[in-house]
Amino acid sequence: MNIHEYQAKEIFRQYGVPVPRGGVAFSGPEARRVAEELGGNLWVVKAQIHAGGRGKAGGVKLARSLDEVEKIAEEMLGMILVTHQTGPEGKKVEKVYIEEGADIQKEYYLGMVLDRSSEMPVMMASTEGGMEIEEVAAKTPEKIIKVAIDPTIGFQGFHGRKLAFGLGLAKEEIRPFIKFAEALYNVYMDKDANLIEINPLIKTGSGEFLALDAKMGFDDNALFKHPDIAEMRDLSEEDPVEVEAAKYGLSYVNLDGNVGCMVNGAGLAMATMDIIKHEGGEPANFLDVGGGANPETVAKGFELILQDENVKSIFVNIFGGIVRCDRIANGILQATKQVEVNVPVVVRLDGTNAEEAAEILKNANIKNIIPATDLADGARKAVAAAKGEL
Amino acid sequence: MSILVNKDTKVIVQGFTGKEGTFHSEQCIEYGTQIVGGVTPGKGGQTHLGRPVFNTVKEAVDATGATVSMIFVPPAFTADAVMEAADAGIELAVIITEGAPVKDMMYAKMYATKKGMKTIGPNCPGIITAEECKIGIMPGFIFKKGPVGLISKSGTLTYEASNQVVKEGLGITTAVGIGGDPIIGLSYKQLLPMFEADPETEAIVMIGEIGGTLEIEAAEFIKQNITKPVVAFIAGQTAPKGKRMGHAGAIISGGKGTAQEKMDALRAAGVHVVESPADIGKTVAKALGK
Ligand SMILES: Nc1ncnc2c1ncn2[C@@H]1O[C@H](COP(=O)(O)OP(=O)(O)OP(=O)(O)O)[C@@H](O)[C@H]1O
Ligand SMILES: [Mg+2]
Repeated sequence: MNIHEYQAKEIFRQYGVPVPRGGVAFSGPEARRVAEELGGNLWVVKAQIHAGGRGKAGGVKLARSLDEVEKIAEEMLGMILVTHQTGPEGKKVEKVYIEEGADIQKEYYLGMVLDRSSEMPVMMASTEGGMEIEEVAAKTPEKIIKVAIDPTIGFQGFHGRKLAFGLGLAKEEIRPFIKFAEALYNVYMDKDANLIEINPLIKTGSGEFLALDAKMGFDDNALFKHPDIAEMRDLSEEDPVEVEAAKYGLSYVNLDGNVGCMVNGAGLAMATMDIIKHEGGEPANFLDVGGGANPETVAKGFELILQDENVKSIFVNIFGGIVRCDRIANGILQATKQVEVNVPVVVRLDGTNAEEAAEILKNANIKNIIPATDLADGARKAVAAAKGEL
Repeated sequence: MSILVNKDTKVIVQGFTGKEGTFHSEQCIEYGTQIVGGVTPGKGGQTHLGRPVFNTVKEAVDATGATVSMIFVPPAFTADAVMEAADAGIELAVIITEGAPVKDMMYAKMYATKKGMKTIGPNCPGIITAEECKIGIMPGFIFKKGPVGLISKSGTLTYEASNQVVKEGLGITTAVGIGGDPIIGLSYKQLLPMFEADPETEAIVMIGEIGGTLEIEAAEFIKQNITKPVVAFIAGQTAPKGKRMGHAGAIISGGKGTAQEKMDALRAAGVHVVESPADIGKTVAKALGK
């Protein structure tokens, strides 16, 4: 689960990770009030969306007067922001964060993530902070300093020194930097985060380190330990169809093609998308109905798939294990009675009691249900059906 | 022969008396697995499925001589269960539970490694040595005995692959579902040499997925150490690049992790990489000259 910058900065404050003062606003006048309370004569208005790259896309703007704060906030609220991380459809800005303008002397990058190879959290820092960090990582990886931190010993001075000296910090900057990094490590571990990113981390004119940006993601499996974090979930940032699917224990992702897919198991679901493409078609979605595949989940699956008007055929690909294929076949028949399915449905059931299942589907004799014998046969038929060739 | 488990392996079940634990333990017993007892704290002294229940893993190990534990304990307590198994001298823990926090599993795996306990999973179908020993939730009958070793991140794709192999008139020595969580136990790199050393295994099927770099590391390992034919499929060739929030993931993996990169690395290591998941069985048969 991801959260907004303003929420991440709130958590940072609790852990003593220094951030500029700021407040969230939902309207122009509210933005003005927040700025007035902050005082000063330079503010930054920042669009709050779950994606990076806002600066380059016009989602981060400086304001030099209260009138300007209000005007910029009004323009930003409601706009669709398209950045390189939102996908072409962009994200609607529902709230803005008003922050005091910082006196930036130098921008750094500081991030934390789980390193799957060492199976430890790793902290990464670079002097090339700012909006081009991915390019830096790709072209000059040596400019990124990484330290894996063994959680059984926790954050030690040497971890901090390795980063600080790697960044070429001056003598008097080393202690405050290490303090900053240690606080960040504590946030990451305490809150079961899976991502923290501060880009940029800045050094101010008065020699302080401040987190100007804050991105945080959490391990969904650990949210039960952190009701305060779970409460920060912003459903408006998520695809409503995916949220609806999750309520039924289904995992759905919408795609651009026209062959709908209903599969049990994430691996087989991905493999099904692959084989549809391999056979010359385009998958319309990823849908994992899980191990159960009962009439209710199958019916819900059909509903989700058919919400997408591009869908011209559906490929049901289920490998029956503990749940027997004959029961799944009956489930499919029942589901087609509950939901009006007006496109051809190619059904491939394999595994336990596959023959009985094939009999059931054949005997039901429903016009738009087309049985398939195996994975390749099913994919071919589904692709042909989508092209109107079946 | 086989790897890791066989008809003589003595297995206990942690979370034995729960709904999942009961259902799947029954299936395993039916398959022929030597389930010699189980652990449910507070239910020690009872009998369940005709087997003794213990309060602690240590008691279970002392009384039964079990060396393997199958874990069905709920996510919030999974890491604790894994560490208890390691502390009691269990040699292999097969962790079926889905949804355990990553941080918990990170600590659990470190402790297991320190104690010399191997782990499989979490969030996996388990391990099966065909017609001898099933420790997990896979449908047993799909796994007919034969010369092919199987390692897979995905559950249903394991069944799919085994089914295709069997349809070619071949079969499986041992199949291991390693799971796809960020922290997992035994992976390709540890399992490949076991299959290489197993005299009954003549070919190895490896099923991977997008994300992480385990398959890339496996490719490097295969090039140096594996002489038996390896057939691989990587799921997610057409998966769209997920919407991301930060850059850290991209930075840490250094751009590795796409299906294409994994397939290229495996091909360069001499692996028979199939583009279509329907070609796994055929390709194994061909590699074995059958
Ligand atoms: N409080 C502030 N005071 C001064 N400048 C700021 C402030 N907040 C942000 N900026 C400037 O705006 C730029 C972009 O803002 P920020 O990094 O928060 O968003 P982003 O573009 O979404 O980040 P990324 O490119 O890392 O995804 C920063 O690099 C910084 O130069
Ligand atoms: Mg930034």
